Amino acid sequence: MMDAAPARLDVARVRQDFPILATTVRGRPLVFLDSGASAQKPRAVIEAMTRCMETAYANVHRGAYRLSELATEAYEAARAAAQRFLGAEHAEEIVFTRNSTEAFNLVAHSFGRGLLQPGQAVLVSEMEHHANLVPWQMLRDAGLGIGLRFVRVTDAGELDLDDLARHLAQGDVGLVSVTHMSNVLGTVTPAAAIARMAHAAGARVMFDGSQAAVHRAVDVRAIGADFYAFTGHKLYGPTGIGVLYGRRELLSAMPPFLGGGDMIETVTLEHSSWAAPPARFEAGTPAIVEAVGLHAAIDYVTALGMEAIEAHERDLVEHASARLAQVKGLSLLGAPQDRGGVFAFALEGVHPHDLATFLDRRGVCVRAGRHCAEPLHARFGLEGGTARASFGLYTTREEIEALAEALDAAREFFA
Amino acid sequence: MSAPAGFEELRDLYQEVILDHGRRPRNHFRLDPCDASARGDNPMCGDRVEVFLAFGPEGRIARASFLGRGCAVSQASASLLTETVPGLSPQEAKALSARLREMAKTGARDDSTEALARLSALSGVHEFPSRVKCATLAWHALDAALDGVKEASSE
Repeated sequence: MMDAAPARLDVARVRQDFPILATTVRGRPLVFLDSGASAQKPRAVIEAMTRCMETAYANVHRGAYRLSELATEAYEAARAAAQRFLGAEHAEEIVFTRNSTEAFNLVAHSFGRGLLQPGQAVLVSEMEHHANLVPWQMLRDAGLGIGLRFVRVTDAGELDLDDLARHLAQGDVGLVSVTHMSNVLGTVTPAAAIARMAHAAGARVMFDGSQAAVHRAVDVRAIGADFYAFTGHKLYGPTGIGVLYGRRELLSAMPPFLGGGDMIETVTLEHSSWAAPPARFEAGTPAIVEAVGLHAAIDYVTALGMEAIEAHERDLVEHASARLAQVKGLSLLGAPQDRGGVFAFALEGVHPHDLATFLDRRGVCVRAGRHCAEPLHARFGLEGGTARASFGLYTTREEIEALAEALDAAREFFA
Repeated sequence: MSAPAGFEELRDLYQEVILDHGRRPRNHFRLDPCDASARGDNPMCGDRVEVFLAFGPEGRIARASFLGRGCAVSQASASLLTETVPGLSPQEAKALSARLREMAKTGARDDSTEALARLSALSGVHEFPSRVKCATLAWHALDAALDGVKEASSE
């Protein structure tokens, strides 16, 4: 590992940290362009998890013996790492979840039922991942008198801030919950401005950082976020672990999400009282080994430097925008001013699933479909879906070239 | 110009008959009036096929058509279906449907009849597990139409 953040990312060297990138697909090098769905894992993450299970594993917060203390220290050290990564003020503001989806369900349940009032509405946007839509639909349909409205997305694929202002002006919005970076359009939203607008209207604000936290440095205090969610497996960490940041005063005022061990203070047969956050929201044995893996992933990207990662990806986005524009018959979904490394596109005359199969035979992995964002595809009249290439810190210009050439070949094949 | 590398292995799935029917689907319209119809949806990918059937005086399928959207495989399979089932009794059509789904899963061709030989072009899909449902979607809809059910899922 490097001990100081370099100005530039040494991508060739970084790629050696990811064992899977050395594998081949039918004799061709793997071109993995689906990191937006789930990223590959560096050796540091794999080894940290193995080491935890081989040398320091036991249940946490329970045993009065050395191994359990070691495991508890490792688990809480992961929380501190997530706290630093997001710039949170207190470690207790970090709740471990299974993934971002669970974080949204937690907030929809505990904030939605606990702190939102009848007559208030939740505001999401048209470009949300289903994880930041369906839990709010369930809350709206729970009979509590809580509404759900939608901020428009412009033709360029950006959040329509005028429309956001119009909704906020109605005075009934209790929570704005929007993405910090679209998993389809790549659009990076102006989070700090959105938070200011929401707060000025008396609303709280939550961001889906599943994509953004991977590609940009995030500071929840600079943004002014009340809640912020991201997931470990897209950040080069393991599956099964995600992070919910929540302001301490909000988490403290919220009722639990799931009930069980670890989240209680006292229990009698009839009643229980709740532990303080974050334990209140972490019922049952948590994902201990996965937390250790997430810690290693955070250390890994932090050592490389989020600014260096962002600079590398900005270079890739610029290159890909120009290169994909040369592919005949290709139309990109959206044209945001500020785009992270995600491109969804349609190729004239080739259905996305046929395209994905074709590309797969050349070792190029892309996602095809609606990317858990059906309403957004409907918004752009693409009910049949799109193909999506998404980048990671290990993505190279050569891989974008391989994609572009494969797209040309696909047009020729299916024409 | 020689075919770029990667084309040969794809020919197992995208045989010419599939590409042809995918580009120019046959009987791609709503049969009106029709005696039976059913829609098949693949919720995973958004593919959709609606099959329409008209029966002759002896209860055999006289005409078949479809509407739909989706990948070349799902649309070609539906197109081939509408060319293959006219003349069959409902029982024969369901037997053919079962045979087709078996081919798609195992990859075993069946050249015992001309119709089966043509449909065997769809057997190449078995090497692409995520695409088997594309090939079988229309046939699930056919079964549903014959059973008097309005909607089928490829799940």
